[in-house]
Amino acid sequence: MYDSPALEAALDQKENKIAAKDVQVFYGDTHAIKDVSVDIPEKTVTAFIGPSGCGKSTFLRCLNRMNDTIDICRVKGDILLDGEDIYDKRVDPVQLRAKVGMVFQKPNPFPKSIYDNIAYGPRIHGLAKTKADLDEIVEKSLRRGAIWDEVKDRLHAPGTGLSGGQQQRLCIARAVATQPEVLLMDEPCSALDPIATAQVEELIDELRHKFAVVIVTHSMQQAARVSQKTAFFHLGNLVEFGDTGQIFTNPVDPRTESYITGRIG
Amino acid sequence: MPVSWLVLLLIGLSVIGYILGRQRALASAGGDSRALHSLPNFYGMNVAMSALVPAALIFGVWMLVQPSLINGSVSGSIPASAITEGSSLDLVMSDVKRVAEGIDFAVTSGAMSAADAKSLDAATTDVRTVLAEVGVALGSDVRPEILQAAQDYRAMTATGTTGMTIIVLLAAVAGFAISYSKTNLHYRARNVVERGILALLIGAASLAILTTVGIVFSMLFETVNFFGLHDWKDFFFGTVWAPNFRGDSELAILPLLWGTLYISVVALLVAVPIGLFAAIYLSEYASKPVRGFAKPLLEILAGIPTIVYGLFALVTFGPFLLSMFGEGGSFGVNWMSDARSVATAGIVMGIMLIPFVSSLSDDIINAVPQAMRDGSYGLGATKSETIRQVVLPAALPGIVGAILLAASRAIGETMIVVLGAGAIARLAVNPLEALTTITTRIVSQLTGDGDFASPETLVAFALGLTLFVLTLGLNVLALYIVRKYREQYE
Repeated sequence: MYDSPALEAALDQKENKIAAKDVQVFYGDTHAIKDVSVDIPEKTVTAFIGPSGCGKSTFLRCLNRMNDTIDICRVKGDILLDGEDIYDKRVDPVQLRAKVGMVFQKPNPFPKSIYDNIAYGPRIHGLAKTKADLDEIVEKSLRRGAIWDEVKDRLHAPGTGLSGGQQQRLCIARAVATQPEVLLMDEPCSALDPIATAQVEELIDELRHKFAVVIVTHSMQQAARVSQKTAFFHLGNLVEFGDTGQIFTNPVDPRTESYITGRIG
Repeated sequence: MPVSWLVLLLIGLSVIGYILGRQRALASAGGDSRALHSLPNFYGMNVAMSALVPAALIFGVWMLVQPSLINGSVSGSIPASAITEGSSLDLVMSDVKRVAEGIDFAVTSGAMSAADAKSLDAATTDVRTVLAEVGVALGSDVRPEILQAAQDYRAMTATGTTGMTIIVLLAAVAGFAISYSKTNLHYRARNVVERGILALLIGAASLAILTTVGIVFSMLFETVNFFGLHDWKDFFFGTVWAPNFRGDSELAILPLLWGTLYISVVALLVAVPIGLFAAIYLSEYASKPVRGFAKPLLEILAGIPTIVYGLFALVTFGPFLLSMFGEGGSFGVNWMSDARSVATAGIVMGIMLIPFVSSLSDDIINAVPQAMRDGSYGLGATKSETIRQVVLPAALPGIVGAILLAASRAIGETMIVVLGAGAIARLAVNPLEALTTITTRIVSQLTGDGDFASPETLVAFALGLTLFVLTLGLNVLALYIVRKYREQYE
């Protein structure tokens, strides 16, 4: 939620980063996502909320074509990133995922050192010419992931040796290191304790200044704390999409109101 | 009473015990099984177990101990004069046993009455002819002292067996009676039965370990005998393997060790890349139908007996190599003189090892969590980048374990090298020449009419023990590597 009308006004002028129109997703015979149209604005945190199994994670995974790795999954409809259809045949999903980074529900650092975890993306995409460049990217990303101070003395220790909250911030830093334009987060705090959650939420708020962030969350408080836009999904449908303040204080659809007040879900 | 009757009796007793125990338990609860502490079956099993297990244990131990006790007592009574020139106490004792068994057989088949058998006299009866009539052939005429020993042997065995039968039956009846009398509705039969099952499991586990220990010790003793006859420095550091039966054999392990390791390395050079690549394809790229078809097909390779691989090496692959590299071969070089060679055995052994490497690696790669792959894809990595930089490093400890397992198989493999590697012990470098391995030499030293007390035969045990230590070392190394990487990754 916003504190000042000025900020709110500034928000409205932001361009759309991703525009999804009439998206349908099928898992085998199951119709998981029905006619979802959403515009994700630039430099904003957009939250997807809704009960379990409502399709919010599925939809999130459509935005960087992670669903391609699931054989039985089919996606219909248009999803445009900066006006270009990401499901176009000419688009390489690998390139797309470099632009649309993802952070997962469970922290999943690679079985490598902290340094190598961060350097993984930049190395693959050739972002650093020299070792010094790479060092700089690693430091910058770790700082942006708000974990630099904790790990700077043990960059070559295994990333799997960190605590859960640190691991998740490492994963966020890792996603940031490939210099994406959009950052997708699939319930990034669901495996974390409240202190680590607070740190990650703070981090998400920081990231908003650089990227468009889309976050799927089960916690309505979290959505209210970190997002400016909120989409409410129910049974594969997008029920309501709007400014977070409006969704939480004055929802239009009765289902949204029921969910927010705890009557369904 | 024959031993088989005793076994049947024990089983019968435990079946009766089961039925009676169950009935008594039910009766004590007035027919209401809910009032019992345990299900009725447990009471039955408890009685059956108490009747059978202690008796069976006594039975087993007695059967093991009795022959060696009787043996010792009888052989002690054989006068030194009965051991003729060129014979030994062991040989005389085997004669004694054979005569004793022959007389027993004659009695049971009715050719001789029990009283006649007792009063046999070597001076008046030609025992050899009598026994030959009932089909027991003896190597020489039976001398009086041997007949006497055989009679002693028979008498002691008979006494021992009777004693055993009585004691075993007593134990069974006592077990039966005690557990039957304890059976009532408050008795915790289930706990007792479960403790019995636990003992069974522990017994099975210790049996496996004890057998291994036994194997090691039997090899160790023979090896010690060998080093009593042959200099250990010559065995470990000599460079010539030339056994003969004139007594001046050169028995050095180095040429054999060299052959073993050389062939194993060739086999691993074939098996590791092919097996690993096959595993990567199967686990990461293959569609479900392809995987479902190809994986079992690959595993069929593991089911082929190694002798068949050996034949393949000898009949097909060796001649093929010879036609390539031999005199007048396709390459026009004369590097190979015989179908048997390091390459023949090594490459065929490599083919044999492919399924070991691929099947284990495939399981290990599959066990890498999908979250790792997702994390990598989510950063814009391609499939092959993900596999090379995330999946394989995560699976590495397991893969190293699989490779070392394959290496121990290669080192211990026998049939392929017996048929494919040749029999020339030397320190050659050319992979197209014949070499020999430790396992091949063990086979050739122990087959045939060797005297089991000569260094030429006993060397097989020293070789076997060395092989065992080698593979044990490899396994320990595998464990060490796996543990080291696991600490780093988890």
